[in-house]
Amino acid sequence: MDWTALWLSLHLAVWTVALLLPVSIFGSWALARARFRGKGLVEALITLPLVLPPTVIGFYLLVSFGAGSWLGQAWTAVFGQGLVFSFEGLVLASVIVNLPFAIQPAQRAFEAVPVALSEAAACTGLSPLAALWRVHLPLAWPGVLTGAVLTFAHTLGEFGVVLMVGGSIPGETKTLAVSIYDRVQAFDDKGAGQMALLLVVISVVTILATAALSRRVSGGWRA
Amino acid sequence: MTLEVALRASAPIPLELSFSVAPGEVLALVGPSGAGKSTVLRAISGLWRVSGARVTVGAHVWQDSAAGVFVPTHRRAVGVVPQAYALFPHLDAAGNVALALGHLPRVERGAEVRRLLELVGLAGLEARRPADLSGGQQQRVAVARALARGPQVLLLDEPFSAVDRPTREGLYAALMALRAVLSMPVILVTHDMDEAQRLADRMVVIDHGRAVAAGTAAEVLCDPAALRVLGLREAGAMISAVVAGDVGDGLSRLDTAVGPVFVPRVDMAVGARLRLRIPAHEVMISLDRPEGLSALNVLPVLVAGLVPGDGPGMMVRLALGDEVILARLTRRSVEVLGLAPGLACYAVLKSMAVARDQVRA
Repeated sequence: MDWTALWLSLHLAVWTVALLLPVSIFGSWALARARFRGKGLVEALITLPLVLPPTVIGFYLLVSFGAGSWLGQAWTAVFGQGLVFSFEGLVLASVIVNLPFAIQPAQRAFEAVPVALSEAAACTGLSPLAALWRVHLPLAWPGVLTGAVLTFAHTLGEFGVVLMVGGSIPGETKTLAVSIYDRVQAFDDKGAGQMALLLVVISVVTILATAALSRRVSGGWRA
Repeated sequence: MTLEVALRASAPIPLELSFSVAPGEVLALVGPSGAGKSTVLRAISGLWRVSGARVTVGAHVWQDSAAGVFVPTHRRAVGVVPQAYALFPHLDAAGNVALALGHLPRVERGAEVRRLLELVGLAGLEARRPADLSGGQQQRVAVARALARGPQVLLLDEPFSAVDRPTREGLYAALMALRAVLSMPVILVTHDMDEAQRLADRMVVIDHGRAVAAGTAAEVLCDPAALRVLGLREAGAMISAVVAGDVGDGLSRLDTAVGPVFVPRVDMAVGARLRLRIPAHEVMISLDRPEGLSALNVLPVLVAGLVPGDGPGMMVRLALGDEVILARLTRRSVEVLGLAPGLACYAVLKSMAVARDQVRA
């Protein structure tokens, strides 16, 4: 059992969810409300990571994070180290790859809030931001939570992008999924099996806990 | 502060009308569905931005398209009771009202919530969620929420359409009682003439986005232009009466200013005051007190006015004490009888012409 890899994977998943949560809340809320030219294109770009092979996304991220890119150079100038093959780079890549997982369920949930309630909120004197906080989010949060859980579970299991952007540096970018691959390559089926099972258990528990929580909280007004 | 509204738009619904509502006055916007009534309310609250509009409340300009002024809804001191109430399902009754109290210091909100819910007769139901409230109770919460903001204008969009008849009666009474404490202009949108007649001081009849008639109920209901939109069957007048008792054969006797009226039995205590709606097409006129007639109700009246209609009909306004009833006759009858303002005659009304649902407390 590669405990370092497990710790790293959990670390990465928590960071990804934490950074993505505000992005997903404001982004999906804005997308659900906004009517603008090019909205379809924005939604398509967000969906892209769902359909592209991880190696393709990984490749583009690698290029745009690299020392030759403005992002890579700016990062190095500020933090004194490169973005690729680092934990920070992995977190950033993970945030981008998980945009559709976080935003889509949340956007559907915000869209499901009746227009009449948005209008009632405005008539009640709530500014758009106050309405988000007091009306939309309390009604749509099961969708936001679903997005966060999908992000968490998906980050634990992400392989292709992690390998492309992070490489396989123990303690820095070697996650549990990569470690499983390593074990299999080394004919250590027992070690790989243990870690795979652990990933399955963590994922199932997370999803069950979320479902139970969301039922308990939303039951009051959905019933 | 008086509400002044002038709207002009071509899309999505053509609109061209203007009106004003005085403080404490209840104005009903009536008309068929699709006439643009709710659109007018949305324009006033700012939920819909009309291309050419001027909406002012006293010195406050909410919208002035000519000057490029448009105040967003959440900055307009407007109270709205939407059609299906749109209560926030995740908040209890108190929470729904409290959400509109953002302008008050936190410590004062609790007391204000209790005061408002008590005002609408919901004391004790603070902790109920909308799903656990009846339709009538939901409407009352929506009214309390609309008032919580301290609105300068109160807008009621078909506020009784989502509840059944018996509940509606209670809500009418509640709204009438509330009027005593409402000091802002109130606009009531309804397609129910009867409702408008009972609750509003004045009405504006809207059709295809235009005001086709405006005035008091008595004025509008004689107006051929209004009746073209509302339907002639809607023409009728309300008079007040006192229950005098059961006469034994399924009829009740009601005392009016000009004598007794017999109607199908009314389930109300003797001495109770009520309003009676008399449809114009059910009233006949006789120059002499008729004899040998089956109709039980013969009331001495004075002709107060004659309003010609579009076709062969004519609306005759009859003064009955200090109240007015309407009779819809043919022009020919009016000529033959020589009806003219000031003429004393008799209004004849069949008891059965007054349906039970046209008698109201």
